[in-house]
Amino acid sequence: MSLPLHVQAQGVTKSFGSHQVLTGVNFTVAPGEVSCIIGPSGSGKSTFLRCLNALETYDAGTLAVNGQQVGYDYRDGKYYEWSNKQFAAFRSKLGMVFQRFNLFGHLSAEENVACALVEVRGINRSAARTRALEELRKVGLANHSHKRPHQLSGGQQQRVAIARALAMDPEVMLFDEPTSALDPELVDEVLETMKLLAQEGMTMIVVTHEMGFAREVGDTVNFFDNGAIVESGKPNDVLSNPQMDRTKAFLAKVL
Amino acid sequence: MPKQRVLRPAQLKGPDGALAPVVKLRHLDQWFVGALALAVFAWLAFTLATNQNIRWSEVAGYLFFPKIISGIWVTLMISVVATVLGLLLGILLAVMRLAHNPVLNWLATLYIWFFRGTPVLVQLIFWYNLAFLFPHLVVKIPFTTIGYMWDTNDVMTGFTSALLGLGLNLAAYFAETVRAGIQAVDTGQSEAALALGMTNGKRMRKIVLPQALRIIIPPTGNEFISMLKTTSLVYVVAGNDLMTNASQIYKQNNLIMELLIVASIWYMVMTAIATFFQSKLEAKFGADAVRLVRRPGFIQRLFLRVGSNAESSAPQPAHVREDVTTMGKEMS
Ligand SMILES: Nc1ncnc2c1ncn2[C@@H]1O[C@H](COP(=O)(O)OP(=O)(O)OP(=O)(O)O)[C@@H](O)[C@H]1O
Ligand SMILES: [Mg+2]
Repeated sequence: MSLPLHVQAQGVTKSFGSHQVLTGVNFTVAPGEVSCIIGPSGSGKSTFLRCLNALETYDAGTLAVNGQQVGYDYRDGKYYEWSNKQFAAFRSKLGMVFQRFNLFGHLSAEENVACALVEVRGINRSAARTRALEELRKVGLANHSHKRPHQLSGGQQQRVAIARALAMDPEVMLFDEPTSALDPELVDEVLETMKLLAQEGMTMIVVTHEMGFAREVGDTVNFFDNGAIVESGKPNDVLSNPQMDRTKAFLAKVL
Repeated sequence: MPKQRVLRPAQLKGPDGALAPVVKLRHLDQWFVGALALAVFAWLAFTLATNQNIRWSEVAGYLFFPKIISGIWVTLMISVVATVLGLLLGILLAVMRLAHNPVLNWLATLYIWFFRGTPVLVQLIFWYNLAFLFPHLVVKIPFTTIGYMWDTNDVMTGFTSALLGLGLNLAAYFAETVRAGIQAVDTGQSEAALALGMTNGKRMRKIVLPQALRIIIPPTGNEFISMLKTTSLVYVVAGNDLMTNASQIYKQNNLIMELLIVASIWYMVMTAIATFFQSKLEAKFGADAVRLVRRPGFIQRLFLRVGSNAESSAPQPAHVREDVTTMGKEMS
């Protein structure tokens, strides 16, 4: 293997009380790869993404980003829990796009993008503003920079959310069903933006129900079921020629 | 009850195609009820105004009496400082209650329980008499003699006891408002903030609190207005506020009713002015939310009419509301 893996998960488990949501996830992403995750509702896809950027803790297993175990420093044979600062620094290196956009309601589009640059990166306001406008221009929203989230359509809001994540120069972008909350006619503008991002070589993990996107843009497709990835491979193999019965049953329903 | 404006077609055509006149419905019942209410009100006002036992000339004479005016300033001062103290401490308490640290959580709960569980009157008298417990207040570095000492009775004047008593008490109530405000902010906002790498403190100060303000701000106006009147309790610790000064005057000259009327007039004036500014505050922070709850008060409408030189007919509520909003925006 020439390049180190960007993301590596092995036997990751997670329970909420007595309910085991992740039952041993094995998953790898190489730099520049677009990894799509598909699977039925409630199978634990969101929970896995949230563990990956440390919004949620996991119980056991190896979960590493750039070779670094998430949540712990390994020294002298022991794992030391991260401080809040370390968690924050780690999260700032991963971009996250949510199903429900989660734009900051009291800030304009431009301020949404600039906010973390100022507060987290410590960049001065005018430089952050310039960068924010640049990112908004890239997602085709240069003319909407002054608008508040509620003045934007769902598709526009999601593109602002993508710009906001990209402004932090993330090493990996995580998308959690970025188009599921959108009206059908707004889905394409967001998928287009994501496609451009993939072409630029961004490493992306995309939880999605858009099989067309997974087939066209994905380097791998991973089928999630009952808290684990039960089948993964090239999009054409998984989507057109699934081996597992559960994958077949799921695809029969969504395709 | 909100008034509904009925939209009538301006012109109606008869069967022959020509315009036919419309006969307006007369709301006789409404006229009758209105006249009755007005009669009752007039009678009350008349009995009060002509009551031989109230010397209105004394009321007028004491209205701008220096001691009354100085009392007003003290009342305003206590209200403002105690409210600010209460708001800041209330935010701190709310954040403590929502913190993961169980000790902070528990302390905040205890504080709120204590200050909501005891009457504010008791608290005022307690602070005023703190010297019985601690004759001296000492600030010093432990295990050294470096520090400073005050006589408690010099520090705990009526004024400072009032600030402490009212401020600490308001904080306990306000903490609940702030907590509700914080909890009303969608958790997705917090998640997005954390995902961008913000620390918990930044998340709270930059993302959550600013949005919670929309919910927190409208009640603060009410807290202040209620504080204006609660300051009258300060009279038990002789805080030189409006009520204390009025009572000192009537204890000498026995014009009890007259001075109570003087004090009431001033409290009403202060409340009216505070209400006016409250509406501006609300318009600025939570125009949409607040508008649904309450329309501007009588005094406000009066101000607005004078201010905008409105047309002679009574302004429709909807129209006034829009004015309030714009005035708020101009302020920002
Ligand atoms: N904070 C939580 N506390 C308890 N249970 C949770 C929590 N978060 C998620 N779960 C449970 O974990 C399971 C997996 O949820 P998750 O959101 O990861 O599913 P998902 O695959 O993303 O589904 P969807 O496609 O509907 O988004 C669900 O049964 C859910 O009820
Ligand atoms: Mg999900």
